[in-house]
Amino acid sequence: MRPGPGTYRVDGRIYASVLGLLQRRPPLVRIVPLSGRYIPKPRDVVVGTVTDVQGTFWLLDIGAPRWTPLHMTGTPWKIDFGETGQYLRVGDAVVVAVESIEATGRIGVTMLGEGLGKLEGGTIATISPAKVPRVIGRSGSMIRTITTLTGCKVVVGQNGRIWVDGSPEGIIRARECLRLIEEEGQRSGLTERVQAYLDSTQTPGSTHDHRSHVLGEIPHSVGGPREAEVILPPPADAAEPEGPAEGSEDDARPDGAPPDEY
Amino acid sequence: MGSIGAKEVPVLLSPEGRRIDGRRLDELRPLKITAGALHEADGSAYVEWGANKVMAAVYGPREVHPRHLQQNNKAIVQCRYNMAAFSVDERKRPGLDRRSQEISKVISEAFESVIFAEEYPRTSIDVYIEVLQANAGTRCAGIVAASVALADAGIPMVDLLPSVAVGKVAGEIALDLKKEEDNYGEADVPMALVPQSGRLVLLQMEGHLTAPELARALELGVRGCRSIYETMKQALRDRYATGEAAEPQGAA
Amino acid sequence: MTDEVAAEILTTHILDLARSGRRLDGRGTNDYREIKVEPGFVVTADGSALTTIGTTKVVCGVKLEPGKPFPDTPNAGVLTTNAELVPLSSPTFEPGPPHPRAIEVSRVVDRAIRAAETIDLTRLCVTPAEKCWTCFVDIHVLDHTGNLIDAALLAALGALTHATVPAKRFGIRDADYPLEVKHLPVECTFVRLGDTIVVDPSFDEEQAAQGRLTVATDELGNVVAMQKGLIGAFSPEDVNQVVERALRHGERLRRIAQGSAP
Repeated sequence: MRPGPGTYRVDGRIYASVLGLLQRRPPLVRIVPLSGRYIPKPRDVVVGTVTDVQGTFWLLDIGAPRWTPLHMTGTPWKIDFGETGQYLRVGDAVVVAVESIEATGRIGVTMLGEGLGKLEGGTIATISPAKVPRVIGRSGSMIRTITTLTGCKVVVGQNGRIWVDGSPEGIIRARECLRLIEEEGQRSGLTERVQAYLDSTQTPGSTHDHRSHVLGEIPHSVGGPREAEVILPPPADAAEPEGPAEGSEDDARPDGAPPDEY
Repeated sequence: MGSIGAKEVPVLLSPEGRRIDGRRLDELRPLKITAGALHEADGSAYVEWGANKVMAAVYGPREVHPRHLQQNNKAIVQCRYNMAAFSVDERKRPGLDRRSQEISKVISEAFESVIFAEEYPRTSIDVYIEVLQANAGTRCAGIVAASVALADAGIPMVDLLPSVAVGKVAGEIALDLKKEEDNYGEADVPMALVPQSGRLVLLQMEGHLTAPELARALELGVRGCRSIYETMKQALRDRYATGEAAEPQGAA
Repeated sequence: MTDEVAAEILTTHILDLARSGRRLDGRGTNDYREIKVEPGFVVTADGSALTTIGTTKVVCGVKLEPGKPFPDTPNAGVLTTNAELVPLSSPTFEPGPPHPRAIEVSRVVDRAIRAAETIDLTRLCVTPAEKCWTCFVDIHVLDHTGNLIDAALLAALGALTHATVPAKRFGIRDADYPLEVKHLPVECTFVRLGDTIVVDPSFDEEQAAQGRLTVATDELGNVVAMQKGLIGAFSPEDVNQVVERALRHGERLRRIAQGSAP
């Protein structure tokens, strides 16, 4: 086995470096984080806010460790130097895709791609980035439940920023679902509880909005297909027996077995 | 050191080897840790340890302010240990005094020794420790809280950082001094341990100890840290419990 | 770390909802979040209380120490209120000397305590012109998710009403005795969102607000302190309406601060 993301190796042993769930996918051992700020990965689709306008680029807040520049060449618009402010202003919300992470920590993003662009109307909710797989659910089941029963259009950014648009009631109910997922995301039977909440608050005429569609699945169309485990929730609720682990490998294996030598 | 002026020194150790609060020499005060105690922070923890009450929060990795502190190859770790005005018997003037600044520095360096800072160049990992109620050992309680907060914030680290102070009361080496013991004790040795490597990343000492006594203090402190480590991990497990209690015990 | 840029669409959404009397978290325009006051939280203080309003969390500690009266008030004790908006409590707070907004919280809370004559300062005089009690009200913000002022005064009132004068410890009397609290001021803060004025603003609502108005009232129905804050304006009719609402909320807030059931 080799040390994957969230792990490190010392003297032939692999240890967890972050709080998370142990996942063994030979030849890799990795820890799926349970918490923390958004750490960008190439091909992630994220929702961001413009925080600064410069001559040839904008600075975005995508909840990442660094402010993130969006260069004007990464947009569908033909912009001359200094005209950036005519297209996006401070406070505007956008959907962009992460293209690159440089060794300096600089994050490269683009607005070129299906489903990417400026967001008009609606609102933004924020959840822990680690809970994003829960919002999407298995094969998109959770997000489909929410969009269908609230009539809202939803864009789930991998950074935990979620754009929601629909009727005022629909938005309130969709946000409440997100709050439930945020607070109870680790427990089992989450889909049932969200479903129960939505059923209990059902108002006539609020379902089957023809606008409902799951933009949360855009990642598949951006930069080619991606590894399934990145977008699907970690199989924590059934397949993986390990509890949350921090520190030495022993902790990641509460059965008390001696750590393997790799 | 034993006698301070004409003041009466309380009996710190009974003939049966019990301390002022009934503990044995190698016993810790009760420790309660709550991971994720705050809403706004990226990670947080609240610690009640004996009569200490300490809150810690972590923000980051995030942009560095002021910018000139930015390091091109790694994150900087900025710790701020602060005591609330009402946390001690005599009101403390708000703001960082020299003691708080020194403690902030050694705690920053302790965490820099275990955080994989090179994963986030040009960013800052800000660790804030607020002592709300103090009763000796606040820096250790602060490190324990901050360490759980760092894990809660998803910061990559070699390990958690359990911490405890060992001292000397009535001529005996004792674990985890409380206020009276600290005031009248003969030595104080706070330390923080990296359980994964068995090494200390924080170590201070004040008082009088012989070399064998110090060796005993270190041994006792390391054992104390290992016990605290278990409480820290349990706090994180509790926070992120799956609600499927039996499951995590299954064989891998 | 610096001022966060609020997404324009979130602000617009908050204003849209307010137009029909609704709020982002589902509250009505005149609803507080859940309020809790836990007196006696800090044993090193002579009086203390931990207060939460929703997820906003504030702790207040009161300390009394012998001091010297001010020359112009030889028969009165001294009252000092100080609020620390420590960087632990919000990503928008920075370490360093007190920010004007921390000073504003201190002063607005101080004004209410002073103007309501919460403490009869002449009772804190020990020897005229020579010796008196100095009463320090120290407010420590732990989690800032909006409406710090109301939480700060509730914590201060909770701490004062349960405070002990440490007369024995300082050799002034043979025994400690409870601090006498004469009046019970509470503050109610409102923000204007378009034509709607809502009570107990959340952080997002404060960001979207077009003016903030705080009204302190006492148990006799007096208005004892006010503060208009943030960018925006209120008409005299707005002010009258806010005062009416503050008076009605006041009764319940006072009961909570004293430690009885809400």
